[in-house]
Amino acid sequence: MQEIITTAPWGALMVVIPLAAAAASYLFPWRSALMAASAIAFPAAFYSLALLARDVWVSGAVRYRIGGWGSPLGIDLFADGLSILMLFMTIVVVMAASIYSSFYFSGDVERKRSFWPLWMFLWAGLNGVFLSGDVFNLYVTLEVMVIASVALISLKGGREALLSGMRYFLVSVLGSLSYLMGVAMLYGSYGILDIGALGRTIGPDPAAQIAIVLIVTGLLAKTALFPLHFWLPKAHASAPVPVSAALSALVVKAPFYIILRLWTDVFSHDIISHAGLMLGVLGSVAIIWGGVMALRQTRLKMLVAYSTVSQIGYLFLFFPMAGSSDAFLGCVYQALSHGLAKASMFLAAGNLIKALGSDLIEDLRGLRQRLNISTFAFGLAGISLMGLPPGAGFIAKWQLLKASIETGQWWWAIIIVAGGLLAAGYLFPVLRNIISQSQDPVECAKVPFGMEAAAIVLAVLSLVLGIAAAVPLSLFRTALL
Amino acid sequence: MNIDNWMPVFVILSSLVPAIIIFLLNERQNILRTIINMSAAFIKIALVGMMTWGVFHERNYIMHFPVVPGIEIIFRADALAMFFLILSAGLWLLTTAYAVGYLEGSPNRRRFFGFFSLCVTSTMGISLAGNLFTFFIFYEMLTLTTYPLVVHRGTQKSLEAGSTYLRYTLSGGAVLLIGIVWLHVQTGTLEFTQGGYLNHAAGGHAVTLTIIFALLIIGLAVKTAIIPLHGWLPAAMVAPAPVSALLHAVAVVKAGAFGIVRVVNNVYGVEFAATLGVTMPLAFVASATIIYGSFKALFQDDLKKRLAYSTISQVSYIVLGVAIAGPLSTIGGITHIVHQGIMKITLFFCAGVLAETLGIHRISEMRGVGRRLPMTMAAFTIAALGMIGVPPTVGFITKWYLGIGAIDAGQTWVLAVLGMSTLLNAAYFLPIINSAWFIKQSGDWPEEKKRGRFFETDPWLLFPVLIIACFTILAGILAGEFFSPLEWAKLITEREYR
Repeated sequence: MQEIITTAPWGALMVVIPLAAAAASYLFPWRSALMAASAIAFPAAFYSLALLARDVWVSGAVRYRIGGWGSPLGIDLFADGLSILMLFMTIVVVMAASIYSSFYFSGDVERKRSFWPLWMFLWAGLNGVFLSGDVFNLYVTLEVMVIASVALISLKGGREALLSGMRYFLVSVLGSLSYLMGVAMLYGSYGILDIGALGRTIGPDPAAQIAIVLIVTGLLAKTALFPLHFWLPKAHASAPVPVSAALSALVVKAPFYIILRLWTDVFSHDIISHAGLMLGVLGSVAIIWGGVMALRQTRLKMLVAYSTVSQIGYLFLFFPMAGSSDAFLGCVYQALSHGLAKASMFLAAGNLIKALGSDLIEDLRGLRQRLNISTFAFGLAGISLMGLPPGAGFIAKWQLLKASIETGQWWWAIIIVAGGLLAAGYLFPVLRNIISQSQDPVECAKVPFGMEAAAIVLAVLSLVLGIAAAVPLSLFRTALL
Repeated sequence: MNIDNWMPVFVILSSLVPAIIIFLLNERQNILRTIINMSAAFIKIALVGMMTWGVFHERNYIMHFPVVPGIEIIFRADALAMFFLILSAGLWLLTTAYAVGYLEGSPNRRRFFGFFSLCVTSTMGISLAGNLFTFFIFYEMLTLTTYPLVVHRGTQKSLEAGSTYLRYTLSGGAVLLIGIVWLHVQTGTLEFTQGGYLNHAAGGHAVTLTIIFALLIIGLAVKTAIIPLHGWLPAAMVAPAPVSALLHAVAVVKAGAFGIVRVVNNVYGVEFAATLGVTMPLAFVASATIIYGSFKALFQDDLKKRLAYSTISQVSYIVLGVAIAGPLSTIGGITHIVHQGIMKITLFFCAGVLAETLGIHRISEMRGVGRRLPMTMAAFTIAALGMIGVPPTVGFITKWYLGIGAIDAGQTWVLAVLGMSTLLNAAYFLPIINSAWFIKQSGDWPEEKKRGRFFETDPWLLFPVLIIACFTILAGILAGEFFSPLEWAKLITEREYR
């Protein structure tokens, strides 16, 4: 892979802009000031991302040295096609969820005051993860993201939110410790933290093997792969709606991104022979387990949260087929499509719940023709999650299926298909309840148009990405080859 | 830019765009919605007509969109595509008109017509698909867009039928997907080719290719309602009559049958499929379905259920004709795509008129109905005679070609299947005709509604019925003319065996 060292600070801006927005929203928490801050921050971030993407398109990968120091002393920002896609997904989801939040928290002065700084902080942390070029930096940015998430989960208040926020925090701290120990061991053996340099020097010695196990295990707990998923459903379901969307769509992707990055750039196959297979098996169990659990939920947000457990499993099917570029494309596309579709689905579910005043799936029968947009968004996002065309999830599953047949590991194909059918099994009853006629329709609360629009925009985008997959995927042709 | 290449895209957009507009309209804007719907249907027919003329003169309509490295969405209009396209476009117009009358005053019409247009869009995509990838996209889209139509009434029964429908079709789609991806990995291409592209494949894959064939056919057989995968079709009868009509004549079952024709003719190639030995089992299953469907139909008192089992039986004629693997039977099978479509849609339209005008749902309630609804029942009689295969209707043409095709290919046992099916068809249709015309009405109609002042029923319902019934006879009498379905099927087969 060719990479160029650039002086253009587009990557750095992607972290600086959210931080500035966080500071601004803390200092000036008025509605007009918030509007002005986001009116500047989002276009500026889009602009920086576009220029960064252009550089990556031309050269494959870029590296930026903050303050002119190179590694190992300074901080390096690094971006390639994978980073660009993740950054893109992040900005889109954060923006839609921000629009949603501006209605969701309106009138709730106290929460609004703490929400916006934390929210922007979360965005900064996410961008930081996707732009980090060394393993220690990844740790720092990951922690920023986790602290912001925990605070955001607990924002709702009440016993359940605090408990699940606390549980998430504990799991996350343990995961971080494990990760940090692994990083320390690598640093002790090789004296390097930079990902590219590590990849060139690491060898199959026991210290490296233990370090890798520690790092990956720590990250698995944070990304909630089965059986370390136990904290996720409650945490995602009890958070405020826009936070749930960001958690499911983005926050669990960050640790996964690190695993993927390390796997492709640092860990070579002779160091970790059976680990790929093991991750694949865990991923498969997650797909099925998450799906079955989602089938059994009676509350809408819990169902959507368990669906995340299932969908995360698909990401891990990449590892046993790591040699295939189809598997890589499929896995990345799954991350992207799930990000957009799940965020949309959480927002849509939030609207339905707000209108009904109840989050029981059964009660959706009482809903009468009020929320067509949100229902449509839920359905379209569902198409993508089920892996049906023309959703983006279909392209992801097509690529994973192709990889599994190509590499002769046909058993993953059965899991992929079964997972899709399970998704249909738990999503269609929701739609069915909305369509069905109830004897006693309840009086529905009004949902602002902005909240419905945020959900449908993300859902439509997840379809557009399914039809126009060629554009995002071509980013990788420069990045991979 | 070549305008020809964009024609398939325009055809698809001509129902996709109206669908989106309809969803954006207000529920109460009925007149505007009807105007948009009807004009879109006319525009589509005009576009399809232009393309038909072009395909006849061997013009190329082909469009590529790259999706994933190595995979493209391809739209292409060949003779077979046009065949299905004309059927869909024509029947869309009539069914829309019929549905406007049928659903007058009922709730959720925006949702209905929106998904109705999307459903037709999927059918257009299925016919114009130039490779299996594109085919699959629209095939699954069809499943998703018909679901809201099946459960349209929102009653417990229709919701259950919808769930059954999804269970069958989504599982079938999953099997089909595995088959398609596997085929792609094996051959590196999915593009439909005249005469099939597997005929030059290297030997040694024979077992793999047989398994893939089985996967593809099983996936398609669910929608085609071939036994034992037919269970969803009788259940889906709870849908409103225009939906049943569309499901049975054009959209769902036809999509499956059309897919089987594509796989046998344009993927495997008839000759290669025959040497693989996969066509004979297919012919047996199709024959079994023909007999089973007719047999089950005998015992249904619910009119729509009887028609549903009749569909199971009739659609398998298409599969049988293709599976016999001879040019004449292929003509018979392909021409039945249109023939079955126009006959079956007439019958379902009539069933809808009976239900909407007099509240009749059961055959036992139909005594003497010929007096009250003479024109409707005349149409019903024509279509039923066609189903039995009485000359000069289109049903006769199909059976004739299937018969001589079977003899030509040395499969004389097929004649026994055809004979038996004809007898069974007569056994379940003639009593209906008999009681409608020759038995006196006893008691009141179940639920008479005043529909239509000048005619026996609402003209929006009646005229589509009469128009389509005329085609049943015309297409039979004029089968020798160059514009008939039969001649077009001959053209397809000619290009296939060339």
